[in-house]
Amino acid sequence: METAALLKELAESPGPSGYEEGIRSVVRARCAPFAQEVRVDALGSCIAYLPANDPAAPAAARPSLMLTAHMDEIALMVTQVEKGFLRVTQVGGFDPRVLFGQPVIVHGTRPVPGLVVSVPPHFTDPSEREKPVPLEKLFVDLGLAPSEVESLVRVGDLVTLRPRYTELAGGYAACKSLDDRAGIASLLLCLQELSRRTREWDVYVVAMVQEEVGARGAVAAAFGVAPAAAVAVDATFGSQPGLSSFESMKMDGGPAIAQGPNFHPRLFDRLLESAKAIECPHQVEIMPAESGTDAWAIQVSRGGVPCSLVSIPVRFMHTPVETVCLRDVERTARLLAELAARLPREFADSLEVRDALATGRP
Amino acid sequence: MPSQPDAPELLRRLCEAHGISGREEAVRAILLEAIRDRVDACRIDSMGNLIAFKKGTGASRLRVLAAAHMDEVGLVITGAEDSGTLRFAKVGGIDDRVLPARMVLIGARRVPGVIGIKPVHLLERGERDRVPEARQLSIDVGASSRAEAERLAPRGETAMFASEFLTSAGGTAGTGVVQAKALDDRVGCAILVGLLAERFEFDFVAAFTVQEEVGLRGARVAAWAEKPDAALVLECTGANEVPSKRDVSPSTRLGHGPALTVRDPSFVADPRLVEAFSRAGSESGIPYQVKQPTIGGTDAGSIHRVREGVPSLTIAVPARYIHSPVSMMDLSDFHHTAALAREGLTRLPGALGERGAGT
Amino acid sequence: MKDLIRSLTECWGPSGHEAGVRELIRGMIPRGFESRVDTMGNLIAHRPAPAGGRQAGRGRRIMLAAHMDEIGIVVTHVDQKGFLRFGSVGGVMPLPLTGGRVQFESGFLGVIGLERLEDSSRVPSLDRFFIDVGATSPADCPVKVGDVASFHRSCEEIGSRITAKAMDDRIGCAVLLQAMKELDSSPHDLWFVFTVQEEIGLRGAGTSGYGVEPEIALAVDVTFTGDTPEAAPMAVSLGAGPAVKIKDGGMLAHAGVKDWLLATAQAAGIPCQREVLLRGTTDASAIQVSRSGVPAGCLSIPARYVHSPSEVVDFGDVQGCVKLLLPALRGPVDIG
Repeated sequence: METAALLKELAESPGPSGYEEGIRSVVRARCAPFAQEVRVDALGSCIAYLPANDPAAPAAARPSLMLTAHMDEIALMVTQVEKGFLRVTQVGGFDPRVLFGQPVIVHGTRPVPGLVVSVPPHFTDPSEREKPVPLEKLFVDLGLAPSEVESLVRVGDLVTLRPRYTELAGGYAACKSLDDRAGIASLLLCLQELSRRTREWDVYVVAMVQEEVGARGAVAAAFGVAPAAAVAVDATFGSQPGLSSFESMKMDGGPAIAQGPNFHPRLFDRLLESAKAIECPHQVEIMPAESGTDAWAIQVSRGGVPCSLVSIPVRFMHTPVETVCLRDVERTARLLAELAARLPREFADSLEVRDALATGRP
Repeated sequence: MPSQPDAPELLRRLCEAHGISGREEAVRAILLEAIRDRVDACRIDSMGNLIAFKKGTGASRLRVLAAAHMDEVGLVITGAEDSGTLRFAKVGGIDDRVLPARMVLIGARRVPGVIGIKPVHLLERGERDRVPEARQLSIDVGASSRAEAERLAPRGETAMFASEFLTSAGGTAGTGVVQAKALDDRVGCAILVGLLAERFEFDFVAAFTVQEEVGLRGARVAAWAEKPDAALVLECTGANEVPSKRDVSPSTRLGHGPALTVRDPSFVADPRLVEAFSRAGSESGIPYQVKQPTIGGTDAGSIHRVREGVPSLTIAVPARYIHSPVSMMDLSDFHHTAALAREGLTRLPGALGERGAGT
Repeated sequence: MKDLIRSLTECWGPSGHEAGVRELIRGMIPRGFESRVDTMGNLIAHRPAPAGGRQAGRGRRIMLAAHMDEIGIVVTHVDQKGFLRFGSVGGVMPLPLTGGRVQFESGFLGVIGLERLEDSSRVPSLDRFFIDVGATSPADCPVKVGDVASFHRSCEEIGSRITAKAMDDRIGCAVLLQAMKELDSSPHDLWFVFTVQEEIGLRGAGTSGYGVEPEIALAVDVTFTGDTPEAAPMAVSLGAGPAVKIKDGGMLAHAGVKDWLLATAQAAGIPCQREVLLRGTTDASAIQVSRSGVPAGCLSIPARYVHSPSEVVDFGDVQGCVKLLLPALRGPVDIG
């Protein structure tokens, strides 16, 4: 798979939280050649299974590693049709300031291109232009007669940003929903590489639904897969003007491996070792508590799942011009493949202490 | 100088230990040693919960969980400036106003540092009225370069408040007053260690939990794995007795005994457990109080929702100034809470019947 | 059915104290259902699929949930003069409180008063209110810290509408009970669950969803409307039929479940509305993420003044909900 083409296809596919079928069919097709089995769970997460293939490893009691990224994207939803204009609310968290005048697609009985309204400066006074328009006052305009709109669009229909994947200089690219389609791309690349390697662990590659509305897909899928360990791949804040180096990660600096209460220290160490082993540039991200990712939900599934988080730096998050460095996507894929392929079975036992009285290790 | 009152040595060691949420290993090590000879089995799960098991006499088929959290609120180092000062973030709920002009200890090596603030002489107009946010403050460890700072306090190291464990004579019952950091919830841990000396009628699971302060997370997985029929959470709760003109609730009061939670924003206590522990208090002559029900939240908040639900109760030692560098409690409350926990647990089989299930 | 609504709404049962409502409902569960109460206090009524129903592949394991609890207040303090301070149980709004009456479990009544305000143009926070129970000191006060109370208000008809406290969600309980009574045949394994503690965090739904382990779940609860003077825009009106939830503040309804209800309504000629609610959520949100996920949706009864002591629903909408549930549960279910 060629990274740019893959990322373009993924990022341009529609997949609002709760309505991921568009992106899911792409992910499913891309997984199929490399996985032994691909299934979709009750909430719609896509689960590709790649069993261990090390002939030395007995089939029974093989630990499983779950690699996840979320495939849903933030979107708008029609709340009311008013004189041919659409009132909307958001699915996931937009900054309403970036919506003013944005091209969108309204997913009615058929997809219809539209615009979020913007009133030209001629019709507004200067004081008005200093204030952002709140979401409640933004309309979507299809340019059609009210009767046409009524027949095409109903309350509850989805509105997504009109995709326009753009290659930038220096191996960068911009599009909507690179959060977290960049992560999905890295997982698909990883799956491809893993399928060619020897593995002692079972691997589940999961494209999660509904992350943007509270990691709901991850709650369900983590319970269903019940892995021995998990690594989530998500987008993190890439360095950009206005963000200090203490609150952002370097672009083109490689995957950011997260450290904090959400993450198992041995899995963290293991990721660092894997990165060093393949000379993969990487960085460490400090997360004081809630990581705001699927990993936060996965960690407390059932009796606890040792978790890690590997993040791809993305600039201008939650806008239609999210920007990523393709090398970071590829490095993330390599890092995950190296981790998954080289995990010895005993590693699972080192993640907890079954008999603390005997070992005495705190 | 009056003679030092009797502060349990274990409590002192626990309070002085470093255990910011996610980095509870030092507290866990002390506890593991303390319970080693008292329990039948013990494990540490993948999140770091220390879970001990003590078989019952066989007179009851119940399986009862008691939990206390090991973690405390604190700070984490997020990086160093070129000048050698450290930037940090908060872990858990800390009021920004308690941060300036504090001493902290960083990491297992306990590297000392101070959170500075601009001298009062140099404040600009309006600055005096603003609370400096945590992200604007920094820690000075005396380093003069980024490299030196990173060597002393690498990114990701946690920092705790540097507070001495102090006991003074007096208090309501004359048993003494303690001032220390992390009474929330090392008091619960100390009481839970004490309970492990008992052998109850039921099988007893003691969970010393992690990550309570960042979302009641450790208790959730511990309860899921242990499938208890009922749960008791041992906590430390706030007492707000600062004088006020308004006749409103202080939530709890020092010296009035353990605080029973009938409900709080995180859960509704099981009425059978409330009844059993209230009766235990009255019949054994242990004073207790009912905590103000609209504030707080404890591990019971996640335990009671696990699987098909777990009847739960929280009892807590009242303390002033929790979540700050130094909190304060009356030792009589500590002892009374331990006594009520023991008496209440003893009555549980009678209160719950054979399983914890509903009517 | 109006008598049913009256007896349910006038019953006392703030979150965590649902025993009275539970006993009332338990007494009304029709023959053919087996009921039990779980650890949290949820009332679970079960009617297995008829022999051959599940095996023939037509029947599904379906959970329907309505919550028994109502919002209320909890006493935080009894002051020296015997006045009570209180906090909310669930989402109590300060605005309609003054002069209202509350009732404690023991039957004692209290009147809600308000401190003198420096700025009466701003809505005061709950801590400025107090309750007068006729006491003069803590010694003669009939209630104590931790006691809870509900609003005290009778159920009345106004035109074709009905107003009561606790319409949220006793009206959902009424709809479920009525549907249980009228549902003659169904190929499905049916679990009607009357849940506890919805108003304080969907807690009963989470644990009962785990226990019942349904293949499909449906909550029946109230939703807001946008048809009152200067209301926030919302395309749901009172009297225009039941609403099928698409989204609310805590959940995106499963697309297949949503379509199942909409298609059933269309086929049966029952007017219904499409609901996008901007805040608040229902038991379906918790059930949706129990275990490895449950396709979940919500059938809503439009209601005005939700969480005030006088919530209003339209009787036709209520009947419409029952009418929609019956064909939805009688036939095979395909949610894609």
